[in-house]
Amino acid sequence: MHSKDKDRHRWRKFKSGLVSFGTLAAAVLVIAPLGLVFFHLLVNGAGAVNWDFFTQLPKPVGAPGGGMVNAIVGSLELLALGSAVGIPIGVLGGVYLAEYGSARGNAMLRFIADVLNGVPSITWGVVVYGLVVLRFKGFSAYAGGLALGLIMIPLILRTTEEVILLVPNGYREASLALGIARWKTIVNVVMKTASKGIITGILLALARIGGETAPLLFTAFGNRFWNHDLSQPIAALPLQIFTYAISPYDDWHRQAWAGALVLVMGIFCINVLVRILTRDRAGTST
Amino acid sequence: MINLIMAAPDPIVLETDDRTPESALDSDEVRLTFEVHNLSIWYGDKRAIDSVTLNVPSNAVTSIIGPSGCGKSTFLRSLNRMHELVPGTRVDGSVLLLGENLYAPDVDPAIVRRRVGMVFQKSNPFPTMTIGENVTIGLKLNGVRDRKFLNERLEKSLRMAALWDEVKDDLHKAGTSLSGGQQQRLCIARALAVEPEVILMDEPCSALDPIATAKIEELIHELKKNYTIVIVTHNMQQAGRVSDYTAFFYLGRLIEFGPTSKIFSNPSDKQTEDYITGRFG
Repeated sequence: MHSKDKDRHRWRKFKSGLVSFGTLAAAVLVIAPLGLVFFHLLVNGAGAVNWDFFTQLPKPVGAPGGGMVNAIVGSLELLALGSAVGIPIGVLGGVYLAEYGSARGNAMLRFIADVLNGVPSITWGVVVYGLVVLRFKGFSAYAGGLALGLIMIPLILRTTEEVILLVPNGYREASLALGIARWKTIVNVVMKTASKGIITGILLALARIGGETAPLLFTAFGNRFWNHDLSQPIAALPLQIFTYAISPYDDWHRQAWAGALVLVMGIFCINVLVRILTRDRAGTST
Repeated sequence: MINLIMAAPDPIVLETDDRTPESALDSDEVRLTFEVHNLSIWYGDKRAIDSVTLNVPSNAVTSIIGPSGCGKSTFLRSLNRMHELVPGTRVDGSVLLLGENLYAPDVDPAIVRRRVGMVFQKSNPFPTMTIGENVTIGLKLNGVRDRKFLNERLEKSLRMAALWDEVKDDLHKAGTSLSGGQQQRLCIARALAVEPEVILMDEPCSALDPIATAKIEELIHELKKNYTIVIVTHNMQQAGRVSDYTAFFYLGRLIEFGPTSKIFSNPSDKQTEDYITGRFG
């Protein structure tokens, strides 16, 4: 009797250990690729990231040095253009879904947004190519920004809707009971209460499109020089990395590694910002 | 703390009213704030309020009691059209506020709510705003810009809500940093700041401890000098303590309405008596 209990106990311990090990292994498998990517980028890219990289234009093949300042600035411009399209439409659409609209219409809009979120990003590039590039007979920063903005819309729309639905109804009621108009209630009470969540959604969307290459291939196209005219092709960091990575030159490969490192660090920074913003979400805001 | 309890109104406050409650119900002698006539309210197909006719006297506290689901909250909300926030509501009958029908087609619900303020069961100061901003937000969003005016109204409202002395040095702190009872008084101050004519209270003390409850009840007693108050409560002792008139609702109907002293000591209806004596509900 006694030893039987002991056996059972040992068997339970064994099962418990087995499951613990399984979950640990799964966790390592999830984290390992991230670590490997970072490690690889640091090993290959760190050497080429220097002051020149952030200040110089690309040099011709064979010439040593040079940088990607035009691509970095171009990426920022494209993000700004994308935001100009994606943020207002996404946020307002999310507010509409959460605060207005009929149940049936909303279910349809939500479904469409979810489908759009799953559309491969190159599709957006093709769509904008057809709608803008062909019509205006040229690649441009505008087209690239539009493609990125279109990707942002469903992302921001859904996160905005979700965080607005999290705002307790008591605040809406309290505001409306003061005789404050509905739209003022939504802007000054509901959206203000949800502002951290909305900003988080926007930042995550920016992090997502910051690394997009495919939608820019047929739209922004890329550029080896400075371009201050948004109706002309513009450089972007992911595009430049792509071009350099598939080139046959060792110099360019090193630059591509450096570009990838800079891009990943930028996106990493956005994610850290998101963490900081969401950290004291549950606490009182002061 | 003990002083606070001592300062709370004596449980039997009815005699302090200078009118005789019996005659006060007669509309010829007393000013009426609300005249509710044959009011019915539907949520979709469900009728929540069934042909209620009731007059709410001015500068008095009217309490609404009844078991859960009897429509007392819906009735309260119909007095400032807050029930309309639930989609699919339909109203029949009329509610006159000082003679004007709140449900006339050209009436803006926002204006109704400015005149008829509301305090909710769960205190709900805006979490993104300071104590001061919480009080003045109603004025600011209704277009008041004058700083001096806002500051005066801020102090006045907090004084009326018996909160000024406790928070006057902390006006820039978050409204949610206050205790539960203080938050509820902050919500009362917020409602008072837009200078309504009536204050509706939907179980304002149900989430508070006895000391905070005593403070709110004391406040209600003070406020009725200037305001008409309608309060929904689950707590019959509270209805007895704070109100001058009591309405008993059951299954969406008004069963009995009269001076609180009469409802509690000598109700005319058997159902009222059963509810008050705790036989059901």
